[in-house]
Amino acid sequence: MSKQDNFRKQVKSIYSILVVSFIMVLLIGALGVMYMIDPSVFSYKKDTPDSKVVNVSPENDDRDKIENGIHLRTGLKDGEGLMTVVNNCTNCHSAQLVIQNRMNQERWVETIRWMQKTQNLWDLGPNEKVIVNYLVTNYPPKSKGRREALTNIEWYPLNE
Amino acid sequence: MRRRNFVKKTSLGSLAGILGLDIVFGAKIPENYTLLGLQDPDPFTMFHKDKEMVVLNSKPWNMEAVAHVLDDRITPNKYMFIRNNGLVPENIDAKTWSITFDGESVKESKTFTLEELKSKFPHHTYQLTLECGGNGRSEFDPPAKGNQWTIGAVGCANWTGVRLKDVLKDVGIKDDAVYIGYHAADLHLSRDPNKEPISRGVPISKALQDETLLAFKMNGEDIPMVHGHPLRLVCGGWPASTSGKWINRISVRNIVHDGEKMTGSSYKVPCNPVAPGEKVKEEDMCIIESMPVKSLITYPKSGAMIPKGKSLNIRGHAWAGELEISKVSYSIDFGATWSECALEKPVNRLAWQHFKTSINFPKSGYYEVWARATDANGVSQPMLLPGWNPKGYLNNACHRIAIKVS
Repeated sequence: MSKQDNFRKQVKSIYSILVVSFIMVLLIGALGVMYMIDPSVFSYKKDTPDSKVVNVSPENDDRDKIENGIHLRTGLKDGEGLMTVVNNCTNCHSAQLVIQNRMNQERWVETIRWMQKTQNLWDLGPNEKVIVNYLVTNYPPKSKGRREALTNIEWYPLNE
Repeated sequence: MRRRNFVKKTSLGSLAGILGLDIVFGAKIPENYTLLGLQDPDPFTMFHKDKEMVVLNSKPWNMEAVAHVLDDRITPNKYMFIRNNGLVPENIDAKTWSITFDGESVKESKTFTLEELKSKFPHHTYQLTLECGGNGRSEFDPPAKGNQWTIGAVGCANWTGVRLKDVLKDVGIKDDAVYIGYHAADLHLSRDPNKEPISRGVPISKALQDETLLAFKMNGEDIPMVHGHPLRLVCGGWPASTSGKWINRISVRNIVHDGEKMTGSSYKVPCNPVAPGEKVKEEDMCIIESMPVKSLITYPKSGAMIPKGKSLNIRGHAWAGELEISKVSYSIDFGATWSECALEKPVNRLAWQHFKTSINFPKSGYYEVWARATDANGVSQPMLLPGWNPKGYLNNACHRIAIKVS
């Protein structure tokens, strides 16, 4: 009887050792898999360096910064209606195309109609008046005559 | 290997060079992904352009040369102007590129791969002058709408390809063919896939000229992406907009091609002369064909100061669309007197011609050297602006440089 009890005890202890080692193998395996997926899980070091919280102004403030009367992001002149122009007129083409051109009200409107007819420009609604007003105020035609004088000459000594 | 393929496939040239660093995991970049470094790029490095080139517009990209960088007899790629109507296509693969010939006046629609074009037809190289129809627009008064080109939307590179006429012969065209129109892979600015940014063409007579090429090389190299890689139609001497880039289809038409920028007022001038600022009806506008006589002084750069008693060597190029240049003259007294320059024959038809001379100035002071070319028909460049037109095309007024003698 005691022999049988003894045997049973031994079996039980072997069984529990087996269970424990099986669980340990499982655990080690699981940890291994976790390590493979993301090694940083086992790192004591923080991934991010120590940092202070700094107040950064919202992105938009910087995006629409104006310096010396020029909207830096687009190069357009600051003026009434600037942001309406930026938001409606610089989606397809750059603002450089606007800045290069000089037109009166009739021809700016004509240009808008052409873009609406052929270039997928949307109906500008009440914004059209704001945009055209901005354009004729800031980019009106200037008279050049039949031939302008040469300007912006960079003088340099020519040594041959 | 895959990274090499990627670089090749997108033809972005040396990505590492563009970004100034090596691209780690280059092979893992998805094919359609544009690197952040390329989204707000420096156009000079992206398009391999010299820093002296001038950007007129970043969307679409438009860039012109200044006169003195055009001094080379054959314009190097880094000095060739860029004129885009839409967005430069992404993900172009020359290996799978093909071009289809269709339209009312082909006997049967036919498609060639780029490799077939190259292997089936003889190759030809010509030096061809390409000038934007709007070159010089900035001088018109009242101002004309569009990119305000000054003098630098012109260049004369070597183009290598197959003759369009050889290919059209193989395709088979009907007797009623009057025009060809190209279609290309560039994207409309609005990104609307149903819209073409530009689809122009030329009359069948121009299409059948020996020098009209389906080109795959520019100055001996594969055509750079921004200049139309892998296949460009090149029609020397005509508005450069007829030399379609990234072309994948040519329609042979029994009417004047009516693609984008063939209609309305685009690349048209009043059939009869009009007063500056005058309104012109659409039916009174005529399509620009051969470009007018013109010249550029490419040496020295404007602003040269020379000592009294020293002569000044000048040189430059002259061109006249379909015609040859017969004479180039210069004036140092605002057109009161003219003297002739030495002029070379063109290396081939539709190539610009080189002129040079040596000038003695009678006394100290401020001078302007003006150059004036004359074409084979005896037509010369005007000293003032030529006839005003609503879109500001064809300004061929004399080029001027400033000189100080002291």
